[in-house]
Amino acid sequence: MPLSDYLIFSAILFSISVAGIFLNRKNIIIILMSIELMLLAVNTNFIAFSYYLGDVAGQVFVFFILTVAAAEAAIGLAILVVLFRNKRTINVEELDSLNG
Amino acid sequence: MNFQIPDVMPALPEIFILSMACIILVTDLFLNKTNRGATYMLSQATLVIAVLITVASFSTSPMLTFSDTFVRDGIGDVLKIAIYTATFTVFLYARDYLKDRGLFKGEFYVLGLFAVLGMMILISAHNFLTIYLGLELLSLSLYALVAMHRDSAIASEAAMKYFVLGAIASGMLLYGMSMIYGVTGSLDLATISQQAAQLSDKLVLVFGIVFLLIGIAFKLGAVPFHMWVPDVYHGAPTAVTLFIGSAPKLAAFAMLMRLLIDGLGSVIAQWQDILILLILMSLAVGNIVAIAQVNIKRMLAYSTISHIGFLMLGVVTGTQAGVSASMFYTIAYTLMSLGSFGMIILLSRKGFEAEKLEDFKGLNERSPWYAFLMLVLMFSMAGVPPFLGFWAKLSVLQEVVAVDMVWLAVASVVFSIIGAFYYLRVIKIMYFDKPEATEPVGCSRDMSVLISLNAIFVLMIGLFPDSLLSLCLKVVSAS
Repeated sequence: MPLSDYLIFSAILFSISVAGIFLNRKNIIIILMSIELMLLAVNTNFIAFSYYLGDVAGQVFVFFILTVAAAEAAIGLAILVVLFRNKRTINVEELDSLNG
Repeated sequence: MNFQIPDVMPALPEIFILSMACIILVTDLFLNKTNRGATYMLSQATLVIAVLITVASFSTSPMLTFSDTFVRDGIGDVLKIAIYTATFTVFLYARDYLKDRGLFKGEFYVLGLFAVLGMMILISAHNFLTIYLGLELLSLSLYALVAMHRDSAIASEAAMKYFVLGAIASGMLLYGMSMIYGVTGSLDLATISQQAAQLSDKLVLVFGIVFLLIGIAFKLGAVPFHMWVPDVYHGAPTAVTLFIGSAPKLAAFAMLMRLLIDGLGSVIAQWQDILILLILMSLAVGNIVAIAQVNIKRMLAYSTISHIGFLMLGVVTGTQAGVSASMFYTIAYTLMSLGSFGMIILLSRKGFEAEKLEDFKGLNERSPWYAFLMLVLMFSMAGVPPFLGFWAKLSVLQEVVAVDMVWLAVASVVFSIIGAFYYLRVIKIMYFDKPEATEPVGCSRDMSVLISLNAIFVLMIGLFPDSLLSLCLKVVSAS
C-alpha cells in the first residue's frame, strides 16, 4: 500500500475526531472519546512515516503518546467525576456558568 | 548493540526536583493536619536548592545529552531560575489563602513541583518527543490543580474546559509534529531545521506548521484559540490562577522559541505571516474585550491574552535580538502578573473573594501602601515609563522596527494605548472612589514583605533595565 493511503486514513480519523468534539452538544464522554481518536490518528501517521522512512524514532514516539494518552484519560475522567458530583450533569450545553 | 550511559549532569536540576517531588508526595502522607506546614517548608527549600544547583552549574554554552534530546543552555538556565523564583513566590502568596479555604493540602505543592518539572523539561527540550513530554507533564498537573477545589462547581467546570481544549491543542500539535517528521525524517530540532531548508516542495511542511501553530496558539492562549483563558482564570481558585498566570508563561515562551526558532528558524517565511495574524488578533481582542470586564480575574485574563501578543512580537522577527527582547518581556510580565494576582489574594479573606473590580474601591483610604503597590503594577502593565512594562514593550517594539515591520509596531502601540484604559481604571477606582468595605487590609508578615519587594522590583528594574536586558541578550546570542 502506498504511504498516501495511510495518510488519508489518518486524516479521515483526525477529521472525525475534530467533528466529534465540535458538533457534539450532548455528552462530555463523547468528547473524551474523540480526543482518544485524535491521538490514534496521530499514531497512525507516525507509524506510517516511520515505516516508510525506515526510522524507528517515530514508533518510539507512538509508545510515549499511548502512555501519555492513558494518563490524560485518567485525569479527564477524574475531572468528569468531580464535575458530575457538583453539577449533577455532564451535558455540554449546561456548562455555561462561566462566561463574559 | 551497545548502550552508552548518557551524561546526566546537565539534567541535575530536573533530577533533583523530580526526587524531591516524590519525597514530598510520600512524606505528606505521614503528616497530620497540624504538621502540614512541613510540606510547605520542604517545597520551598526544594525550590531554593534548585536555584543554587542551577546557578552553580550555570554556563552559556549549550550542552546536549540523552541522545541529543535534552539541551542545557543559558536561555534555559535563566528561564529556569525565573520559574523557581516565580513558583516560590506563588507558594508563599498562596499559603494563607489555601489555609482559609481548607485547600492547604500536600497535593497543591506536589502538583506544583511536577508542573515545575514539566516546565523545565519543556525549556530544555531539543526534540519533538521532549517538547511533548514536558508539555503534557505541565498541562496534566495544571488540569488537576484547577480541579483541586472539589466542592466548587465553577472550578470543576473550568477544569473540564481547560482539559478538553488542552487535549485538543496537544492533538493538533502532535498532528503537526507528525507531518513535519514525515517530510524532514527527524524528530531532532537541529536536524529538522537543516532538512526543512533543503526541501524543494514545502507544501506538506507548511501543512504541518499550520497544525503546529494551532497547537502552540492554544497553549499560549492566543486569539482565536483563547476561549479557555478567561474561564480558567475566573473559575480556578485564585491561588491556582496566580500559578497558571505566572510561571507557565515562561515555559510557553520557551516552547515558542524552541519550536519556531530552533526547529523551524530556517523556514521563517512559512510561519511569519500566520504568527503576525495571531499577534494582531490577540492584541485587538485582548485589549478591547478587557474593557468590558467587571471581574478583575477575567480582566487580567484578557490582559494576559494581549501580553501574549506582545510576547510573540519579538519571536516573529526571527532575529536573536528579537528573541532576547521577547525573553525580557516574558520575565517582566511574569513579575507583574505575580504582583497583581498577589494583590487579589491579599484583599481576599476567609469567606470573601476580592474578584470584582469594585472590591478595589477606595483602597487608598483603607491602605495607602498596598494601593501604591497596585498602582506601580498597573502602570507597569499599561507600559507607562519608567516602570518595567514600558522597557519590556519598548525593547520588543525596537526589534520589530529593526526588521522593517513598522506598521506592525504602530498597530501594537495603538492597541496597547486602548489597553491602558482598563489598567488606569483600576487606579481611578482605588484612588478616587469611596471604599465600600471597611475591613482592614492585611496579610502575614512574610507575604507583605514579598509583595512589597515584588512591586519594588518592578519599579527598580524599570529604572535600571540594562542588566537584565544585557543578560537576556548574552544568553540568547550564546546559543
